[in-house]
Amino acid sequence: MIRSKAIASWQWAALILLRVIIGWHFLYEGIAKLFNPYWSSAPYLVEAKWFLSNIFTMIVTNPQWLKVVDILNISGQIAIGLGLMIGFLTTPACIAGLILLALYYLANPPLVGFKSSMPVEGSYLIVNKNLVEFASLLVLSLFPTGRVAGLDRLVFGPLKSQVSKEG
Amino acid sequence: MMSLEKDKEEKKKNQRLRRRDILLSLSTLPFLGGFFVAWLKKRKYDESKKQAILKELGISPKAPAILPEGTLKRSNQVIRLGIIGVGSRGEHLLRCAGFVHPDWLENRKRAAKLNPLDKSLEIFLSQEDANCLLTAVCDVYEPRAERALMASKYVLRQGKIVEEKGAKRYRFYQDLLRSPDVDAVIIATPDHLHAPMALEAVAAGKHIYLEKCMTRTADEAVKLYDAVKASRIVFQLGHQQRQQESHVRAREIIKRGLLGRITLVETTTNRNSPEGAWQYEIPEEAGPHNIDWDQFLGPAPRRPFDVYRFFRWRCWFDYGTGLSGDLLSHEYDAVNQILELGIPKYAVASGGIYFFDDGRDVPDVFHAVFEYPDREMTLIYSATLASDRYRGRIFMGHDAWMEVGETLTVTADPESTRYKELYLAKLVEPAVPLFSFRPGAKGIDTVTSASERYFATRGLLYSYKEGKKVDISHLHVLEWLDCIRQDREPSCNIDRGFEEAITCHMATEAYLRGRRVEWDPLNRRII
Repeated sequence: MIRSKAIASWQWAALILLRVIIGWHFLYEGIAKLFNPYWSSAPYLVEAKWFLSNIFTMIVTNPQWLKVVDILNISGQIAIGLGLMIGFLTTPACIAGLILLALYYLANPPLVGFKSSMPVEGSYLIVNKNLVEFASLLVLSLFPTGRVAGLDRLVFGPLKSQVSKEG
Repeated sequence: MMSLEKDKEEKKKNQRLRRRDILLSLSTLPFLGGFFVAWLKKRKYDESKKQAILKELGISPKAPAILPEGTLKRSNQVIRLGIIGVGSRGEHLLRCAGFVHPDWLENRKRAAKLNPLDKSLEIFLSQEDANCLLTAVCDVYEPRAERALMASKYVLRQGKIVEEKGAKRYRFYQDLLRSPDVDAVIIATPDHLHAPMALEAVAAGKHIYLEKCMTRTADEAVKLYDAVKASRIVFQLGHQQRQQESHVRAREIIKRGLLGRITLVETTTNRNSPEGAWQYEIPEEAGPHNIDWDQFLGPAPRRPFDVYRFFRWRCWFDYGTGLSGDLLSHEYDAVNQILELGIPKYAVASGGIYFFDDGRDVPDVFHAVFEYPDREMTLIYSATLASDRYRGRIFMGHDAWMEVGETLTVTADPESTRYKELYLAKLVEPAVPLFSFRPGAKGIDTVTSASERYFATRGLLYSYKEGKKVDISHLHVLEWLDCIRQDREPSCNIDRGFEEAITCHMATEAYLRGRRVEWDPLNRRII
């Protein structure tokens, strides 16, 4: 168990801010897709480069699967975003976010010799924004910030260490 | 006493802790509130911007596309088709009417297995039943005639391939045209044979689907025009992009005057492959023993057998007009469909054989400029067969410019009079199109070859009908068949064909004569 003594309030606050910001990003990504009638994961999947490219291409070619993937992606992003922002089921939300980000990264990793025709706004080598967000979520998944500030605190109770600190 | 006080204090502390828990639990909720406020604000802003622009343009974003009437109704009348010329285009047109060679099905199945994005088989199988029988086939090259005979036996009916009796082969097209078993004929031969065959078809009372360019010369165009006009046959010229949804949209946009006064239209061809430059493969088994060379020559100058001239006929003026009749014709017809331009007053042209010096006499880099003084505008066509740099098809108006291919975008001109207010209100900016139209369904598929990619970007391959991808050549053939059944004029009738042929021949004549040519509408000749 994480000992609050090892973590000062301002350190928790920074972690919670990180959680809210990543949550905001996920939520808006999901909502923007939900309200864009033209959006489909197809262009992203079809660009897939690495060892998952066959699976992704198969998804694109099957309209039913593509629809399922689109729905899963949109609803997943919205649910993860909400969970992170309000601190509800924080750890499962982090893990689900890690899975999605891993898939995004693996589809189009900026490895040497890989050239994606998807437009990118920066310059990346191996590390891109998906990977940075992945690493950030990995950190968050190890700290139950929802039980410090979030609905998890109300539902599952505050961290024991936090109670003892107050006592 | 002491314990009571202690209890009280404990209670207070618990309450404080409980309050603290609730506060901390909900502490990040304001961010969520902030998120939705920001999101709604953005939505409202985007929506009001969109509404203001659409109001200004008078466009409904969801208005259904107007598809030609011919594709909407189907009657039961079975039409008996004949085909003359079954090269790759002819075979494609047969598939558009539902007749398919089993080899093609196998090839496409294999292609789809290798590349799951290859949807050509799926698109074919979802075609509408054209309700035709292929009764007659004529080709001067044996293997092609055999292929067509085979295709005539396998017909797509309601998504399934059914076997039919099949067609009869005719050695001479004249016999095919005289056959009482043929109601309508598809002519997909080299250009120099178009006019003689179509004239005989008119005389025999057969409806005609004729591939572009309508004729090889202006004189032939005049003759064919008069013959078709004096007849009751239904004539369709093979400019399938008449069925392209984005072109129909483009017409609406022009009709609403959204571009302002158009003074310049620029249209282009860029290809960069041997196949795109008409260096088609020569089959090993081809020779004088299985090619009827005399029939191929027809009205063309006599010369000894030449397998290159037979398969790569587009490279010589004896049989076609090069870029002019092959690709300018499509570009011109697209612009004519959208602007109803008609025949230009003047034309100049230039170019040369700069890359594919393979014995051809038609240019591989070619440009033509057409003047329309009555419309106060110029049409420019510029082509190269040795660079793939995409240049688009652009309509330039004082208020906006429009790019039309399979998709369509309208961009407001920063110096526009009409959109001045929108610019001042920062509702539009040059980097963002005022309006864009992307037809069709979600998802992605692929085009397989370089020339196929060229055709796709020009809107010459596919469009979408009710969200389903369709081959526009199929729609064009269907329209023709429906017009035959309903005795109506198809979209690319003899009037449009005449305009297409004369415009292309003005460019060819200007190139060959090395000077500006003029259309004399009274005497109907190029001077």
